[in-house]
Amino acid sequence: MAAITSDVEVEVRRPRRSVVVGVLLVVWVAAYFVLRGIDTLVLGGQETTPLHRWLTDHRDDVGQGNVFFEAIRIVVDHFVVLLQNVISQPSFDRPVPVIGWLGVVAISAYCAWAFGNWKVAVLTAAGLGFVGLQGLWQESMDTLALTVAAVLLSLLFAIPLGIWAGLSNRAFRVATLVLDLMQTLPTFVYLAPLTLFFAIGPAAATIATLIYAAPPAVRLTAHAIRSVPPESVEAARSLGSTRGQTLLKVLLPMSRSTVVVGINQTIMAALSMVTVAALIDAPGLGQTVLKALQTLDVGVAFNAGLAIVVIAIVLDRVTTAAGDRPWRTASLRRKVLLGAGALAVLVAVWFSRTYVWAAEFPSDANVGSRIAVVATDVTNWVQDVFGGFTYGVRDAVTIGLLNPLEALLTGSPWWLVSAVVVALAAVLGGWRGAVPAAVCLVLLVATGVWQDSMVTLASTLLATVVVVAVGLALGVWSGRNRRVDTWIRPVLDAGQTMPPFVYLVPFLALFGTSRFTAIAAAVVFAVPVTTKIVADGIKAVPVATVEAANSVGSSAWQVISKVQLPVARRAITLAVNQGLIYVLSMVVVGGLVGAGALGYDVAAGFAQSELYGKGLAAGLAIVLLGVMLDRITQAAARRTQNFQNRGDMR
Amino acid sequence: MTAQLEYPDIQDSDALLSVQGLWKVFGPKAQRVPRRPELAALDRTELYAKTGCTAAVRDLSFDVAPGEVFVVMGLSGSGKSTLVRCLTRLIEPTAGGLFFEGEDLRAADEKRLRALRRSKFSMVFQHFGLLPHRKVIDNVSYGLEIRGESKPDRRRRAQEVIDLVGLAGNEHLYPEQLSGGMQQRVGLARALANDPDVLLFDEPFSALDPLIRREMQTEVVRLHREVGKTMVFITHDLSEALKLGDRILLMRDGAAVQLGTGDELVGAPADDYVREFVRDVQRADVLTLRWIARRPRDGEPLDGPELGPDVLVREATRLVLEADRPVKVVSNGTLLGVIGDEEILAVVADN
Repeated sequence: MAAITSDVEVEVRRPRRSVVVGVLLVVWVAAYFVLRGIDTLVLGGQETTPLHRWLTDHRDDVGQGNVFFEAIRIVVDHFVVLLQNVISQPSFDRPVPVIGWLGVVAISAYCAWAFGNWKVAVLTAAGLGFVGLQGLWQESMDTLALTVAAVLLSLLFAIPLGIWAGLSNRAFRVATLVLDLMQTLPTFVYLAPLTLFFAIGPAAATIATLIYAAPPAVRLTAHAIRSVPPESVEAARSLGSTRGQTLLKVLLPMSRSTVVVGINQTIMAALSMVTVAALIDAPGLGQTVLKALQTLDVGVAFNAGLAIVVIAIVLDRVTTAAGDRPWRTASLRRKVLLGAGALAVLVAVWFSRTYVWAAEFPSDANVGSRIAVVATDVTNWVQDVFGGFTYGVRDAVTIGLLNPLEALLTGSPWWLVSAVVVALAAVLGGWRGAVPAAVCLVLLVATGVWQDSMVTLASTLLATVVVVAVGLALGVWSGRNRRVDTWIRPVLDAGQTMPPFVYLVPFLALFGTSRFTAIAAAVVFAVPVTTKIVADGIKAVPVATVEAANSVGSSAWQVISKVQLPVARRAITLAVNQGLIYVLSMVVVGGLVGAGALGYDVAAGFAQSELYGKGLAAGLAIVLLGVMLDRITQAAARRTQNFQNRGDMR
Repeated sequence: MTAQLEYPDIQDSDALLSVQGLWKVFGPKAQRVPRRPELAALDRTELYAKTGCTAAVRDLSFDVAPGEVFVVMGLSGSGKSTLVRCLTRLIEPTAGGLFFEGEDLRAADEKRLRALRRSKFSMVFQHFGLLPHRKVIDNVSYGLEIRGESKPDRRRRAQEVIDLVGLAGNEHLYPEQLSGGMQQRVGLARALANDPDVLLFDEPFSALDPLIRREMQTEVVRLHREVGKTMVFITHDLSEALKLGDRILLMRDGAAVQLGTGDELVGAPADDYVREFVRDVQRADVLTLRWIARRPRDGEPLDGPELGPDVLVREATRLVLEADRPVKVVSNGTLLGVIGDEEILAVVADN
């Protein structure tokens, strides 16, 4: 009863939010026709602003010669080079790495077996063998070396920080704030500012990666420590444990499996970042994909992309299996087997140092070039047969939706766009949305890449609409149907572990280089996370509530629209938030395959030294867009929740 | 709160554990609540409205004698679990005195407190608080391990208590492989392992099935008889309190409502709250003849059978009903009163 009256009150006080939003949009379109072309802040591809030139001129001031950053760079560089020497690059006056392929495969499979189980050990050996057969052994090992270096360094900071945040409430609050911000930023964004401090190359790539990959480990370690049952901690204290004893003997052992989940996510994030870091000259598979994308060689890009996927799957499965291992200490039989295995590994390493066949991966199989040829053939065939259709879809969406939206955003005066966005933010999220939006918009104008930002925003918004629509449909379906959920979830999980780079390849084949390619890739990239959050939200609706709705004779659609979606609306707002962030990061990467705008500006900044400043400004603009979209949706989510709470209390 | 006045406590010198005016207040600037009488006098809702604080324990005073089973009883939210944690300062009390063997616990520093917890106190928890990554025997020997005893020593001691609580044969299983009742035996063994003077039980059996619960209660009675430890036992279950407790402290909203033996609570409830609380008790099993004896009426025959005042009503029923004249209740040769059929029936038929 109380809830009904409160709804009525809200409606009397002011019109529904959706009406206000509609009116705002109509006013905007009307104003666009009157004001278009005024104050649109156009900036051509090679044009720069004084700010950009100033940044370009001063690029060396921060990093070069600064002892502190130089020291970090040298330490990281040595570490990475050491790992590369061991597994990927010719080293120590030998034409081959310290450990050849046989040794690497043996060690990896052994670790997979010792920490996980024999199934993932077989998978590891098969996966590594496969990338070797693809002719990408050295590139894969470079990628692996960088990933391992970044993960190890990352965990060195992340785990202690996570423990601290797990033990101290204040540290937890600060950490949550910082990590939330860090996770809203696309991979791309970390690269530009870091080149300022650490130049380009493997060291800078590793540092960018370790920063990008740290949040999940910090977050999950803190979460694990916090979710240890308080009674176990109290029991330890009541027996007179010191703080150190409680930490070492109770908290850490009981957090183990959750911390491993965090390490898993850190590894996946690191792999994805290492491939993207090819843009700042990181060696490895990313480099191969990037070069192939730039020359539109879909076959080679596909081959290298496949290798990334295989490595991603292997790393994911092994760490997942490691997390699932039960507490038990090893039985005697297992101990003996582990010892025997260790001996076998030593023998394999010795072989790989002694015989050429075990050191250099045999190149006669050359599966890779065959895969590349097949992929190219398939692409050509698809383009011949479906070209009319796929290109038709592309052109229809581009002309019918993307162009008008882009025209509205880029053609309106900047102050009109800003006013509308701030007003929307205020309606959806109150001052918590409006204030950050206003600040971000002012700073966006200051970066000098306003128009490119609007192009990126247009693609992002369009892709997000599709993502939310698809994600809602799939999420509701799998949230209501257990069987669908068990089928769909592994696919979604797999989708989330792939680096964004890889998504571009098939869409490049289907749609050529265009803005639409990036949008399509972004949709596929962002749908899994959106679907998952929606499905979890729907599943979290109390069974009794749904039963009550069914018992009064609601149809399935009525249950969905009147019960499940409204109850799950906070999850849905969060799904929109995550969808936006994922889309933005993909649209930006899409700059490499013709989406242009901010992503292209950043990439051009790495490639052409005179555009460096502009690239940096574009990187900043991406951050600002990300923060703005995140703040508005977060504020909207919080508001939705507040309404709910108020209804509950009355 | 009047309980302490009506039922004088054991003398201070005899007390093993003494609690004096203990307060625990949660919330902002909690210190001011016990200090300022006008705040201390407020009830729960008023206090929260005015200060944002909640008083979980309010001005409690009691003494626990050596070897006694002292039960603290109350409904959920009455502050009993907070109280038991305050006793070893797992939760820091806000105000009041806390003395163990005459030593001021509130003045003890971290190190001293740890030493006390390692050797003098042990606690058994409602949800067991076991360490899932350790085998039963390693769970039991945890307390010995952290105080630095050698492995053979702690293994031997752990084995002793494992046998004592009836867990023999399960040493090398992990907690998740045991039933709830068995898990709580592990909790009990762990608490006994470091041979404490005081055992604290925080609703140890409320997570168990009724059958297992009864079995475990019997187990505690047996252990108390065998090892003779002082016990402070928290429960919300009146029958458990009556079964185990030498004395019972009934709490409500953090304050003491009544402190006394089981038959005192049932026979002379301090107020309506206690009366309501004990209403469904099988009174015949709790009350002794002392509570129902009346003064002999004029001309009543006084040559009936004699019984002591501490005989339970249930045990006396048959004799009283079969006797053709009132039964005399006699203590040390003095006549306390007589009991006829109607007194007995009033208690027995009440159930």
